Amino acid sequence: MQSIGEALGLAIALVLSGDPDLLEIVLLSLRVSLTATVIACMIGLPIGALVAIGRFRGRNAVLILMNALMGLPPVVVGLLVYLYLSRSGPLGFLGLLYTPTAMIIAQTILIAPIVAALSRQVIEDLHAEYAEQFRSLCLTRLQTVQALLWDARYSLLTVGLAGFGRAVAEVGAVIIVGGNIDHLTRVMTTAIALETSKGDLALALALGIILLVIALGVNAAVQSVRMTAARQAYV
Amino acid sequence: MKSDAEDTPTADAPILPVTLQGVALRLGGAFVLEDVSLELGQTGCTAIMGSNGAGKSLLLRMMHGLIAPTSGDIRWGGAAPSEVMARQALVFQKPVLLRRSVAANIDFVLKVRGQDRAQRDALLDHVGLLHKSAQPARLLSGGEAQRLALARALATEPEVLFLDEPTASLDPASVLAIERIVSDARSRGVRIILVTHDLGQARRMADDVVFLHKGRVAEHSTAQAFFPDPQSDAARDYLNGRLVV
Repeated sequence: MQSIGEALGLAIALVLSGDPDLLEIVLLSLRVSLTATVIACMIGLPIGALVAIGRFRGRNAVLILMNALMGLPPVVVGLLVYLYLSRSGPLGFLGLLYTPTAMIIAQTILIAPIVAALSRQVIEDLHAEYAEQFRSLCLTRLQTVQALLWDARYSLLTVGLAGFGRAVAEVGAVIIVGGNIDHLTRVMTTAIALETSKGDLALALALGIILLVIALGVNAAVQSVRMTAARQAYV
Repeated sequence: MKSDAEDTPTADAPILPVTLQGVALRLGGAFVLEDVSLELGQTGCTAIMGSNGAGKSLLLRMMHGLIAPTSGDIRWGGAAPSEVMARQALVFQKPVLLRRSVAANIDFVLKVRGQDRAQRDALLDHVGLLHKSAQPARLLSGGEAQRLALARALATEPEVLFLDEPTASLDPASVLAIERIVSDARSRGVRIILVTHDLGQARRMADDVVFLHKGRVAEHSTAQAFFPDPQSDAARDYLNGRLVV
C-alpha cells in the first residue's frame, strides 16, 4: 500500500509518460460517454421540448415521472440492461453484453431522462416568452419545437454537459454490462474501482486526475461558449 | 342557415370587414370585455383607445384569434379568427425577438411561411436595418427592435396588421420611423388596427376610433368626428386629460 503522496507522484509521472494502457482507458471512456450523451440528447431534447409545449391530460404525471427518472440508480439500469442483453434475454441474440455498445446503451438510458427533464424546464421558460408570437405566426408544432431547440441551444449545452458528467462519472451500470474487461470494456471509473481494490493507488489516482481534468476542461469550454453567447444576448 | 364550412373563406376570399357581435371575455371571474359589437371596414387604420385596463389589448388579441371570447362571435368575412390568422400579423408592445441575428429573425419567418428569402434584404432596407443585419437582434435599441418586429410582421405579407402600442416608451424619432413604415403598409392596402395611448399618433394615423371604457365600447366614430367632438363622457374626459376610472 502506497502513501497518498507517493501514489500522487507516481500518478503524475504516469499521466506525463503517456502510458498507452492509460490512454486506451481514457479514450474508451470518452468514446462511450460522448456517444451516450449524443444519443441521449437526440432522444431527450425532443421529448423535453414536446412536453414543454404540450398541454395534455396526465402532463403532471409525466413531469413527475421525468423528474423521478433523473435519479435512476445506475446499478438497477445496469441490471436491467444485463437481463435484456444476456444470452437468455430477449436481445441476447445481438451478442452485445460485455461490449462498449452495451455500456453506451446503459449510459444512454441513465442520462436520457436527465436531458429530457432539464431541457423541458429550459424550453418551457423560453416558450413562455415566445408562445404568443409563435401562435400569431401560425407555426406548426414541429416548427415550434425546432425553433425553441435552436434558440435554447446555449442553455441546452449545459444540459448536455450535465448528462455527460453523469455518464463519464458513472460506474455501477458499466461495470455490470461491460464487465471491466482489460483492453475491451475497461473505462476510467471501472479501472479506478479495480485498481483501488488491488491497492494500486498510482493508476487509480492517475485516472482520477484525468477524470477531473476532463470534467474541468469540458465545463470550461461550455462556459466559454455560453459567455460568448451571453455577450450577444443569445442566452 | 349556412354551415361553418360554407362560411369559411377560401385563401383569396376577402376577410374584411370584420364583425364582432356581443363579444364578452371573462377572466378570473370578472368580465374584462362585455357586449362588444363592432364592424371594422375594409381599408384604413382603426385606433383602439381607452384608459389602462379598458380591454384594448385583449380585444386586439381576440380579434386576431389568440384569445377566444367567452361569448359572442367574431367573423372575418364569415370566418372565425383562427381560420384567417395566417393572413394577419401582430406586433406586440414589447417585441419578441428570436435569439438570433437581425437577418435570421426575418429568415425564420420567410422560411416558415415558405416565402422567397431574397426578400429579406429589401425588408430590412425598408425599415432601415440593413446595415445591422448581422447584429444580434436582442442587442438592438427599443426603436430598432420594434422596426425589426414590424419588418418580420410585414414579411408574412399580412392583409391585416395589428399593432399593440408599438411606440410606447419610444423617442419621437423612433415613433416617426415606425409611423412611416405603418403608413406605407396602409397605402399598399394593409388594414391597420392599432392600440395606442398616444393621442397625437391616433390623430395622425387613424381613420376611425374605437373608444373602450370599462370593457365596453363607449364610442366608435370617424377620427374626424371623434377628436373635435367626442360623444361619450369617458372619451371627452380622456381627451381632456382627466383621469378616467
